Amino acid sequence: MSRYVIRRLLQAIPTLAGVSLIAFALVYNSPGDPILIRTFNPDITQESREILRRQLGLDQHWALQYISWLTGVTLRSGAEVEEFERTDTSCTYVAWLDTTSCDNGGGILRGNLGTSIATNQPVWERIVERMPATLELGVSALLVALLVGLPLGVLSAVRQGSLFDNLVRVLAVVGNALPSFWFGLMLIYFFGVILGWLPTGGRRTVSLTNEFDLIDRVRHLILPTFVLALGGIALLSRFMRTETLEVIRTDYIRMAKAKGVAARNVWFIHALGNALIPLMTTLGPAIFGVLSGAVIIETIFSWPGMGRMTFSAAVQRDYPTVLGAVMFFSLLTILGNLLSDILYGVVDPRVRLS
Amino acid sequence: MTVAHADSSALSTLAADPQLQRKPRTFWSMALQSLRRDPVTLVAIGFLITLAALSLVAPAVAAGIGVGPNDTNLENAFQQPYWGPYIQWRTGQDPTTAPLMLGKSGGVPHWLGTDQLGRDQFVRLLYGGRVSLGIAFAAAALTLILGMTVGTVAGFFGGVVDDLIMWFVNTLSSIPGIYLLIIVTAMFKPNPVTLTLYLGLLGWIGTARLIRGNAFKVRALDFVLAARSVGTRNVRIMLQHVIPNSLPIIIVNAAIDIGNLILIESALSFLGLGIQPPTATWGSMLNRSNNFIFLRDPETGVTLALHLLSVPGLLITLTVLSLYLIGDGLRDALDPMMKNIR
Repeated sequence: MSRYVIRRLLQAIPTLAGVSLIAFALVYNSPGDPILIRTFNPDITQESREILRRQLGLDQHWALQYISWLTGVTLRSGAEVEEFERTDTSCTYVAWLDTTSCDNGGGILRGNLGTSIATNQPVWERIVERMPATLELGVSALLVALLVGLPLGVLSAVRQGSLFDNLVRVLAVVGNALPSFWFGLMLIYFFGVILGWLPTGGRRTVSLTNEFDLIDRVRHLILPTFVLALGGIALLSRFMRTETLEVIRTDYIRMAKAKGVAARNVWFIHALGNALIPLMTTLGPAIFGVLSGAVIIETIFSWPGMGRMTFSAAVQRDYPTVLGAVMFFSLLTILGNLLSDILYGVVDPRVRLS
Repeated sequence: MTVAHADSSALSTLAADPQLQRKPRTFWSMALQSLRRDPVTLVAIGFLITLAALSLVAPAVAAGIGVGPNDTNLENAFQQPYWGPYIQWRTGQDPTTAPLMLGKSGGVPHWLGTDQLGRDQFVRLLYGGRVSLGIAFAAAALTLILGMTVGTVAGFFGGVVDDLIMWFVNTLSSIPGIYLLIIVTAMFKPNPVTLTLYLGLLGWIGTARLIRGNAFKVRALDFVLAARSVGTRNVRIMLQHVIPNSLPIIIVNAAIDIGNLILIESALSFLGLGIQPPTATWGSMLNRSNNFIFLRDPETGVTLALHLLSVPGLLITLTVLSLYLIGDGLRDALDPMMKNIR
């Protein structure tokens, strides 16, 4: 078991290396200039733009910038030590290569995601700042999806062919086909604008006292949670229906029925338990997927989460934030897949992890 | 042969019996027959064909109505759909509203109303359909070609080739897809061709995985061994045996893929990252209408933009829904093979 986990974690290293290289090459070779976006002021001279560019290392070849982003070590030819380098950098001149290498103590290999160009905050700080909102929305949507989707799927399998079953199946298909941004807009229109029952966006009502108001928070949470959960409900109900139908055709269910187990117990003890096993494969990625936010729904509902941060960072060409977020999300995805495989092995003794 | 000779007269009478004359049925003819008996799928196919045909002849429709997709008329912004008043006019219930609307729009019937610049929504939807459907179909074709090639090569050769390809596939798929697309489209402002390329180049991973799994199974089957034993080359085995055996998965996957691509394209356009204005796409039409969600008529207090909010989204939903239903119907029709594959 532990050997399996260690091996999988080691396998994640080349994957993450690939992710970093692909993302970095993509982002740094894209058109658009992060300096020009920020220096619209006509008083800013071309020289100060160049100084800024040099400070951020954006004047270098992207491969050198990649090394610097990975290790925190910036390489420059020549002996000059920049007077505008930060104080926390230590530079050494390597004479035989005619190169100055400056170490700023960062680099993602040392766990430092860098500093945002847009806000000058450490990227990790920005991620942590956005995390509570993302978690709040994601976890509540996941719970709603599980609490609604699972019973719908099982009940529709129990009553296979009934009106209820057909309704659930229609819901599953339509729920998948509904564009979440449009569904969100229509809900905002009806419940926010026409009926005025629920707020149209944001995480809380802005007030002077800034007190925590649970009812206000929940009211803000209802619409985005429902929109985010809809896809999950559709997926889970369909999934559970198939799994339950598959399980009830097995011999051990026939055996349980034959020996006279009460119908209720057959369903909820023998069938449900086994039908839940394959759910583990979807649950792991779902749990970690929650952390990476939902960019579209966060945008519609002005939800201050990770998705919106990454979206605006990409538009603003805030390279370090985009890359930091991508690395973080990829790590989450990898961990999610690993977790689902481990859970699968724990729950289903037929699956051996090796 | 000897049997036939011995009893040729009886056999020839049997062969002449029209009741016993049945064409040999291929896998595809059986699939087609089961599809013909599936009304839901047929309706979905019909809807999609109608929509595609209307989008194709959009210029003719626009000429018939008398308004282009980018013709603005600021005097006539936010006009409500014309079809309701038109019916009331024709049935004699309300003789004034419809003619008044026509007068305001300069004689052009705006069947689905106008947007904030007075552009005709119906015509824009059709033109948007050209872009949205065109991009989705082209990108799906690209994902299929890429996914099929990569998946077949990985599954057929196995070993180091497979390891390398799967490393790349796993790497790409561990970046959440929507973020990858947002980064690419936010940084490289796309036009229809480049957006198709981005969607295609980033979307083939799932297809490749499916095909790879199938190629693994097929290459272990006896007919592949037989082909090898007579010295058939790898390329020929892949083209003749492995890919045809993946076709059912590819076809089912294609329908669902196109639906997903329409959703993704419209989401990107909605975020303002897809095709740039003034070109109409279903998603970007919603992006504009998003800004008018609170807009009300100052006199009556009626919201003005419901038709701009509801219709493009409904069209996206129906299109994606019919593609998913077609995918489901095809899966049922191709079931005899799918059973072995899954």
